[in-house]
Amino acid sequence: MRRRINIWSNIDWLSVVLYLLMVILGWINIYAAVYNEEHQSIFDFSMRYGKQMIWISAAILIAFLVFIVDINFYSYFAYAIYGLMILLLILVLFFGVEVNAARSWFQFGTFRIQPSEFAKIATALAIARYLSTYNVQINTFKSYWRLAFLIFAPALLTFIQNDTGSAIVYFVFFLVLFREGLSIEILLLGVLMIILFILALVLEKLTIILLSIGMIFLVFAFIHRNLKNTGIALLILILSSLLTFGVNHIFETGLSYYYIIFISLGFSALVYTILAIRYKIRNVFALLIFLFGSIVFTFSVDYFFDNFLEPHQQKRINVVLGLESDPLGVEYNVNQSKIAIGSGGLTGKGFLKGTQTKYDFVPEQSTDFIFCTIGEEWGFLGTLTIVTLFLILLLRLISLAERQRSSFSRIYGYGVVSILFFHFAINIGMTIGLVPVIGIPLPFFSYGGSSLWAFTLLLFIFLRLDASRLEMLR
Amino acid sequence: MDTFAVRRYIIGLLIVFVGLVYVIRLFLLQVVDSTYKLSASNNVIRYVTQYPARGLIYDRNGKLLVHNEAAYDLMVNPLQLKPFDTTEFCQILDVDKAYVKESINRAKEYSGYKSSIFLKQVSSKTYAHLQEKLYKFPGFFVQARTLRKYSSDIAAHVLGYVGEVNDKVIEHDPYYKSGDYIGISGIEQSYEESIRGKKGVNVFLVDVHNRIKGPYAEGKLDKEAEVGANIISTIDVDLQAYGEKLMKNKIGSIVAIEPSTGEVLSLVSSPAYDPGLLIGRKRTENYVNLMTDTLKPLFNRALMAQYPPGSTFKVINALIGLQEKVIFPATRYDCNGAYYARNIRVGCHLHKSPTDLRQSIQVSCNTYYCNVFRSILDNKKYASIHDSFDQWQKYIMSFGFGQKLNTDFTNELKGIVPNKELYNRIYGERSWSSLTVLSLAIGQGELGTTPLQMANMTAAIANRGYYYIPHVVKEIEGDYEIDSRFTEKRKTLIDSAYFEIVIDGMDLAVNGEPGSGSTARSAHLEDIVVCGKTGTAENPHGEDHSIFIAFAPKDDPKIAIAVYIENGGYGSTWAAPTARLMIEKYLNGTISIPWWEQYILDANLMDITDEEKD
Repeated sequence: MRRRINIWSNIDWLSVVLYLLMVILGWINIYAAVYNEEHQSIFDFSMRYGKQMIWISAAILIAFLVFIVDINFYSYFAYAIYGLMILLLILVLFFGVEVNAARSWFQFGTFRIQPSEFAKIATALAIARYLSTYNVQINTFKSYWRLAFLIFAPALLTFIQNDTGSAIVYFVFFLVLFREGLSIEILLLGVLMIILFILALVLEKLTIILLSIGMIFLVFAFIHRNLKNTGIALLILILSSLLTFGVNHIFETGLSYYYIIFISLGFSALVYTILAIRYKIRNVFALLIFLFGSIVFTFSVDYFFDNFLEPHQQKRINVVLGLESDPLGVEYNVNQSKIAIGSGGLTGKGFLKGTQTKYDFVPEQSTDFIFCTIGEEWGFLGTLTIVTLFLILLLRLISLAERQRSSFSRIYGYGVVSILFFHFAINIGMTIGLVPVIGIPLPFFSYGGSSLWAFTLLLFIFLRLDASRLEMLR
Repeated sequence: MDTFAVRRYIIGLLIVFVGLVYVIRLFLLQVVDSTYKLSASNNVIRYVTQYPARGLIYDRNGKLLVHNEAAYDLMVNPLQLKPFDTTEFCQILDVDKAYVKESINRAKEYSGYKSSIFLKQVSSKTYAHLQEKLYKFPGFFVQARTLRKYSSDIAAHVLGYVGEVNDKVIEHDPYYKSGDYIGISGIEQSYEESIRGKKGVNVFLVDVHNRIKGPYAEGKLDKEAEVGANIISTIDVDLQAYGEKLMKNKIGSIVAIEPSTGEVLSLVSSPAYDPGLLIGRKRTENYVNLMTDTLKPLFNRALMAQYPPGSTFKVINALIGLQEKVIFPATRYDCNGAYYARNIRVGCHLHKSPTDLRQSIQVSCNTYYCNVFRSILDNKKYASIHDSFDQWQKYIMSFGFGQKLNTDFTNELKGIVPNKELYNRIYGERSWSSLTVLSLAIGQGELGTTPLQMANMTAAIANRGYYYIPHVVKEIEGDYEIDSRFTEKRKTLIDSAYFEIVIDGMDLAVNGEPGSGSTARSAHLEDIVVCGKTGTAENPHGEDHSIFIAFAPKDDPKIAIAVYIENGGYGSTWAAPTARLMIEKYLNGTISIPWWEQYILDANLMDITDEEKD
């Protein structure tokens, strides 16, 4: 009995209230998004709002079930659950049905369920379990490999299903790792790669190479605070470039600019290395590796973009970066979404009066683009409210995670925060045109049994762990 | 682990940062930047139905009878309505403000967000004027329609008319929506499915100035309209026009069929009306006028008037008698002006006596046929009158009487042919005999035939024993076929040899020497052998009806015709010369007795005078 009382008095009711609020608001907006004059009853189960009521009821049931289960269940069975999910992700490739070109659903009669939604929870649990294991240090190669596997295995499987959006979600676990001490260099490296990736698509290769060279010089100068050395290095580069140029010109070998620069760079690099060893100048080697690495990366980005991405994915990225204009195709959706949201004004057009949603201009209105309905019908006040609710929830969850004694609970908590944050950021960002169109749902708001149940589970497992935080030791 | 606790602030800051960026972006998007607001109110979808042109109707020689004319319906969508200058609006459309208010309310009642018709069939001039100013009236748009246009004012009953579809039809057939047109009678109705084509739809994006911006969803939802199939009818327009002219100021009907194919050459019902009255905005008003006209011009007498056939029926009884072998060509009966049996007397007119079979047709002797009829029914071959009457009824029905002929008209009537059950009910099973029903011998009594059925019978006689179901459409252009039932021979139950005898009699009736008693001399033509039979149907309410059936030429007949003229007196007085004129017109093209033609054209046999009618 003591335990029972403890749980009830220790539940973070703020989170629960926020959850219920969002679920209900989500339901109201699904009603508006799918509203059909002929099926006005909220209990009409042929319409999505009727179905969503069922999903919500089941979700509340799931939340209760979560609380009944013993807390040690989650850490104890973390790997088992993870393994099961991996298995399901493999099975769905063979036995699943295709919805929207993604083979990621199991169908039982009229009932459909998506394992990839639940796999995220399993991964969070598995990571939490691994990192909370006694004697595990995060910054070792062994742990890097294991973590990489834990994260990339389900990501890859989801990617194979052709559900790229959900696959990308797994990258957000880096935030969890970051909190747990992942060395900052790796994170910086990751961020740098992303920036370079974007730049590589936007700018010409030549520009990037020149930029990279410039960057390296600056860094060199900064590290060594020695203008003289920097000047000499620059001189060497210029000389070797002139040389190569001259050779090219005289002998009319007709090489392209890239080759000329590479040769001169290679030349210079050689000279630098020799000088560095001779005069013991530090970090030169690392910087050179970095330089060449960036150049190689730049080229491979282009290669990757052209040969590994589907045309529609290429288009989406290009559209967001402003490289391509596709008003009736890919850009159409985002445009319509922005129009829908933008036309809401300060207070919105009113409940059920959104013309964009009414006339079905925005695709996937009740799922991925549910935010548009909010934007159009409730205006800026509405969107502000939703963003604020999410921020409050996320920050609250962080503070809950921090007050955990058990590292398992804390790590899992950060997993929850990261996943929710990612969905929130990408989904809303997509509807306002800041992020390429990646089809992932808005937690608690988007229509869908699988997504609602998965997010409910995700959240309530953590709330359960939090409710018993005083009893856990590690 | 706690050494990294400070990182939580970084993560927290990251989250807040993203949230802030989004809020700013949203603020810019929703509050500051007004382009999206305009864009949104711009993006309104409009479904414009593409109504295909209805198929054209031609006569058998390719002359155009019915075609289409453009018309415009003004539509309104209440959801897209904004306040507008009603004065200017009313001025352009020539309606009053009350109408505008009422119609908008009506549209709102129908649906808050679906389009409905605001004003029907706006003229092209008004349409042109309106199009210029339409940007001032958001929520209104124009839908193009086609209306029927008739080349002339004839053949209204054959062609039928087109009107708005009613709720019952909409319930049964989802193709139709409120405001659609549908054929309501005649060819327009019978061939509705092929003649209407297929509706299409264009989905447009419309901007805030009520202009079409372009197709919605790249035209993915668009459907092409299919034009209606053209119809070639069997009608000969010149003959039809002539028939209607002849029947002006008379009440009755003419039906002419080509016996070798069953194609209806002409179908006249008088009084008729101008089909052009039933199109356009004045339609309702005109329709009410036509409906309440006491002469019932909308009533298609050719298909729906059930008259007693009168003496024309004698030829059938003659054929039955021959088939049953109760009479022979040489059979003679005396006639002294009447037929007597027990306490029955059937009067006849004065003519030579006795007559054989052929002569009996020539002079139309009632006595002869009372005898024939009784012989048929009292035939010892049958156990009782019930059986013999059954057989007699079968013969009759094999000519197409007493049932619908299953033509491609939609409103033909069955006619009336009595059966033994009827008489059993009236008189009691054992209480009737051939004498009781004697009037059937001369085509009176419980008999009702429509002019179409009579013409069909005449065609059967002309063919010497079979007919094709009369039909009014020869061909449908495109992928449609006319029904195969129209090309199947329908045999009567009489052997074809017997027809020759009766035909000889009909020949005599028309072409017998003057003074020999031929009742149909008024149908005689110099160069063509016309065979015919007069009839005079008793009318207890007034003057008898004048009937005549005929076909010509005797060998290889090209036209079979039945003429009914109500209150026309003897068959030979009006019906026969009318038929003769029709035949001559069709076969020769010119009329050899223009003075008689004029006489018939000018005659007015209606009960009321012209002044009274107006």
